[in-house]
Amino acid sequence: MNFNPKTWNYVSHRKQFFLLSGVLQIIGILGLLFLGFNLGVDFQSGTRLDIAIGKPFTEAEVAAELKQLNLEPGSIVTAGDNGERAAVRFTEPLNKEQIASVKNSFTKKYGDQVDIQESTVDPVVSRELAKNAMYALIWASIGIVIYVTVRFEYRFAIAGIIALLHDAIGVISIFSIFQIEVDLPFIAAILTIVGYSINDTIVTFDRIRENMKLHKVKRKADLEYVVNLSIQETITRSINTVITVLMASAALLIFGGESIRTFSLALTIGLFIGMYSSIFIASQIWLEWKAKEFAGNRITPTNNEAS
Amino acid sequence: MIKWSRIWAFSLIVILMFGVIGYTGLGVAKGITLGLDLQGGFEILYEVKPVHEGEKLDKGTLTDTVSALNRRVNVIGVSEPDIQVEGTDRIRVKLAGVTNQEQARKLLGEPARLSFLDPNGKELLTGDDLAKNGASVQYDELRRPYIALKLKDADKFKQITETYLQQPISIALDEKILTSPVVQSVISGGTASITGNYTVDEATELAGILNAGALPVEMKEIYSNSVGAALGAESLQKGIYASFIGIALIFLFMLLYYRWPGVIAIITLVVFMYLTLLVLNWMHATLTLPGIAAFILTVGMAVDANIITYERIKEELRSGKTLLSAVRAGQRRSLSTIIDANLTTIIAGIVLFYFGTSSVQGFAVTLMVGIILTLLTNVFGTRLLLAIWVRSNALRKPWYYGVKESEIGEL
Repeated sequence: MNFNPKTWNYVSHRKQFFLLSGVLQIIGILGLLFLGFNLGVDFQSGTRLDIAIGKPFTEAEVAAELKQLNLEPGSIVTAGDNGERAAVRFTEPLNKEQIASVKNSFTKKYGDQVDIQESTVDPVVSRELAKNAMYALIWASIGIVIYVTVRFEYRFAIAGIIALLHDAIGVISIFSIFQIEVDLPFIAAILTIVGYSINDTIVTFDRIRENMKLHKVKRKADLEYVVNLSIQETITRSINTVITVLMASAALLIFGGESIRTFSLALTIGLFIGMYSSIFIASQIWLEWKAKEFAGNRITPTNNEAS
Repeated sequence: MIKWSRIWAFSLIVILMFGVIGYTGLGVAKGITLGLDLQGGFEILYEVKPVHEGEKLDKGTLTDTVSALNRRVNVIGVSEPDIQVEGTDRIRVKLAGVTNQEQARKLLGEPARLSFLDPNGKELLTGDDLAKNGASVQYDELRRPYIALKLKDADKFKQITETYLQQPISIALDEKILTSPVVQSVISGGTASITGNYTVDEATELAGILNAGALPVEMKEIYSNSVGAALGAESLQKGIYASFIGIALIFLFMLLYYRWPGVIAIITLVVFMYLTLLVLNWMHATLTLPGIAAFILTVGMAVDANIITYERIKEELRSGKTLLSAVRAGQRRSLSTIIDANLTTIIAGIVLFYFGTSSVQGFAVTLMVGIILTLLTNVFGTRLLLAIWVRSNALRKPWYYGVKESEIGEL
């Protein structure tokens, strides 16, 4: 099949893309409802220790070592590029003496290169973090809606927000379905995706607005033509921009190390979904909505046509 | 005709910029404060409660606690402690580059309990009886430092000195006895002095601990995040490595896809990166690992301004315009798009900063600084360089702008 991004009709297939996205979103939301998240300590009380051992070890050894200290870990996972780290989760928060004792006993067993990264969160704080994340998403959405409404029109704003939520839900549900651990930087990633996805969408909207002035739009078919043309004209930019940012986020994912992995993974997935939604979903939603204006006109022909 | 003056002007600007960057770049990058996740350290959020039931926690108590914590941290010699009040009953402590984390955490977390003990170990007074900031360093006639104490209740202290005249009273911090001065006379003014063979530093430290110990609050760790120094260094090294790869890939892409304007984009991107680091340096912003991620991402976003402009120029070229008018039209028409797109991202950045905790805030700051600078370098910088170059009449073929001759239509 010959696919040329500059001539392909993005508008005539919109129903299929709506259906595809709708089905995937429903699966995603169901996944969220039934599977929930694999919450990191940032959102669940407890302690996470990243013990960089720097030597070969087994998870059983780590468990035995911790048992000597009367500590019962919830899970032990081998991590790091060469499996030189043990990520240990405790459902109960450890106090500072316990953390110090872990460091001492591992240093004794494996040598001075042992280093520990620790994070402990009280349930009160974790609930607040989750709440703040929700607020952040809501406020970011409101801010963007206001800005886009002022600069464009409210239909663009709402269509943009739907696309943006589509991207956020997409990434969130992938993390839920594959039970990838969710931590605080994950939220930063979601918000970056949100900012980035709207950025991408705006560029296409901007072209639609421009083309609306250049072409006489009187019927739904004209509108379809303009939207399709605008997507075709901005497609290279949409793809190229995402490619450059993807290069950055992929470099982070592959070379950036353990502590930033969740973040860069979420970002990489989100960029793909964001690219998809700005090309196949956002403008098409606006199109469907805007077309209603013409349907209205036909019933009451005396109305002045909206410009 | 190729106008060499234009080419010289272009080259001069580029050489000048790269000269400055080459000369100061490394210093600027090294001068940036690294977050605790990159140099090791810890962050603790404390919930502060009054020691005695029913006591109220006011703003003053919180600020006093913060200054007390600062003093305690100074005792162990941490250069730039970041200790702040959050909300109504919380204090967040961030210490980067601490060599002995366990010691620091112990010193911070446990409100040192100050007590005055009689020879049998019975507690006579506690830190509560010490006036706020009641311990200070004074000097006797021989310029020897001693610690002057001021007590809240002068009468109570008078009684004690009467009872224990000529007996030693120990002053203990937690379990540790600091000093056991012998009561020389009945003291009625509510002041006392602790003498001993102290150096000025020791006396200052002790006075600091005494004041800190006198705080009527209990602190509970409700969030903590600590990173060992070696792990921090590893994160930093990996972050830098990932940045290099990511940025190199972006440069390569721009060069191959946009050719000559791609070269200009690379020049402006280098300036962009330099300025971002410079601003972060000026702002004394702390660079965290998410901050490095944001930095690479802003490079990706900055280049978006070039891509939008270049795509527009290509469109204009294809429609048959001359190079000069295509560049002009392309730049003019892309500006509002770029501004709209970037402002929406700034909105997201502001929200992130407002709701985020420290590492996320580091990310948001870098993101916003980056976007604002993008407008300077990759919009106006690109405009300037491209405008000078286009007027030089060199490299005029559409190929250099990534457009095939066959694609150009009639105007």
